[in-house]
Amino acid sequence: MKRINGMLLSSLLPFLLMVVLFLFVPLIFMIYGSFQADGRTGLSLNQYAEIFRNAYYHQAFKNSILISFLSSLIAILFAIFATYSITRFSKNTQNRVLIFANLTSNFAGIPLAFAFIVLLGNSGLFTLLFKHFGWETLSSFNVYSWSGLVLIYIYFQLPLAVMLLYPVYQGIQSQWKEAASLLGASPLQFWLRIGVPVILPSIAGTFSILFANAMGAYASAYALTGSTYNLLTIRIGALTTGDIFAKPELGSAIAVLLGITLVAAMLINEWLTRKVRRDLS
Amino acid sequence: MKIKRPFYHYLTIGAVLLYLIVPLLGTLIYSFSTQWHKTILPEGLTFHWYKELFGDSVFLKAMGRSLILSFGATVLSLVIMVPTIFSIVVYAPRLEKFIQSLIVLTYAMPGVIIAVGLIRAYANSGISMVVVTVGAYFVGILPYMYQGTRNSLRNIHAVSLMEAAEILGAGQFTAFLKVILPNIMTGILVSSLLSFSILFGEFVLVNLLVGGSFETIQVFLYKKLNVSGHIASAIVVCYFILICILSVVIVKVTRSKKETV
Repeated sequence: MKRINGMLLSSLLPFLLMVVLFLFVPLIFMIYGSFQADGRTGLSLNQYAEIFRNAYYHQAFKNSILISFLSSLIAILFAIFATYSITRFSKNTQNRVLIFANLTSNFAGIPLAFAFIVLLGNSGLFTLLFKHFGWETLSSFNVYSWSGLVLIYIYFQLPLAVMLLYPVYQGIQSQWKEAASLLGASPLQFWLRIGVPVILPSIAGTFSILFANAMGAYASAYALTGSTYNLLTIRIGALTTGDIFAKPELGSAIAVLLGITLVAAMLINEWLTRKVRRDLS
Repeated sequence: MKIKRPFYHYLTIGAVLLYLIVPLLGTLIYSFSTQWHKTILPEGLTFHWYKELFGDSVFLKAMGRSLILSFGATVLSLVIMVPTIFSIVVYAPRLEKFIQSLIVLTYAMPGVIIAVGLIRAYANSGISMVVVTVGAYFVGILPYMYQGTRNSLRNIHAVSLMEAAEILGAGQFTAFLKVILPNIMTGILVSSLLSFSILFGEFVLVNLLVGGSFETIQVFLYKKLNVSGHIASAIVVCYFILICILSVVIVKVTRSKKETV
């Protein structure tokens, strides 16, 4: 039975048109642009050579990877314990905490950066408080510094980590614990031998999503100091839209490299997720 | 029966909640305070910043633009995505793999990356960059619209429903409009609200693609950051209240759906 399906065709066509126009076309233009010399001329590997030669861009890669790794690690460590604690409460409380996590996960970018300026900026609430008590080291904390940015990154990673890990703990069934304790295992032994090995792939998968999320983040750092942080996304933005120093071809090349990193992180997550499902079935 | 919980469960959750709440509270108090430069507590409380904000026509216009942009992209996505996902789930399940790869691709292409490509492709093409932004938003909310719509279709067993409707003599389009659509309404509504609230907070694309020429609420906020902290915090509070309202509606709608099924 091979008849042309009117509904399928008439709905798929506009959808494909949109996806091609606003996902594939820009992607192709970006990749093509990354192989052009400055000013859209000729084909060359100049842009990639420039990235590999220029220590400034090495630094951008290093900074982006470092802050993404650090913020993901801290967020996931807190989330591993907090999310497990959440599952020990009643369904109602669990739902409330999750709704709150979902709510704050929307609180990112410019508003979030601003909230931290209010707290820890030059005349921030905590800065004043610390000054009042004479805590020098704390009051001299600078929200515009790298450690300030890490705090902000942790803020937007934390709710995401909780929401991603919550279903993972649902997979650990209480029967397993009962069975293990009947066989004489202590809670510590249960977690070491059964619990952790079961959830480890999911934790690693969640970590790779968090990492990708932080690598692609732009607005918070931009809100804090404009273009002064040497992060990949900030460099891409500045190279693409900067009025004086615009080098869109170089920006495209960095964007391609960042995109490859993110795709890799996503694929690692996919692979790990599939690993979990096979183990449990 | 009261379950005994060790203290550290409260401690871990408390630490996370505290970290998430404090910046919100700080901004809230700051938006109501008159002066707060030297003292530990604000020198006074006032509605002044909110009055000034809502008296500012630039703010109201920016709010309007944000609403139009987010609403427009969400409606466009509804009109195009829902029939597409329906057709794929019912008639061409093999294409689901394709949509899922698209979704992985959109996750791997954050605003900055897609903006670079969009600027290269369309900046000198004569197409309005506002239209391009709507297109980019369409792609950006694809994962949420897909998840919500597909799950609703699964819940109502769309394939058997369609078979039944067609056996009874309904055409494809009639069956979709009169049988499927009313049954997945709540699911679609939830995905739309979610997409809308995500787009409402979007800054990267709109700033890089259109910037000052089409000032949305996020761009307006960015400009106010260095002008007046109090006004900026009032904007943040308004923005957060809006997300809260949207989230409450989402939760309510989801609950009522669960109760009826």
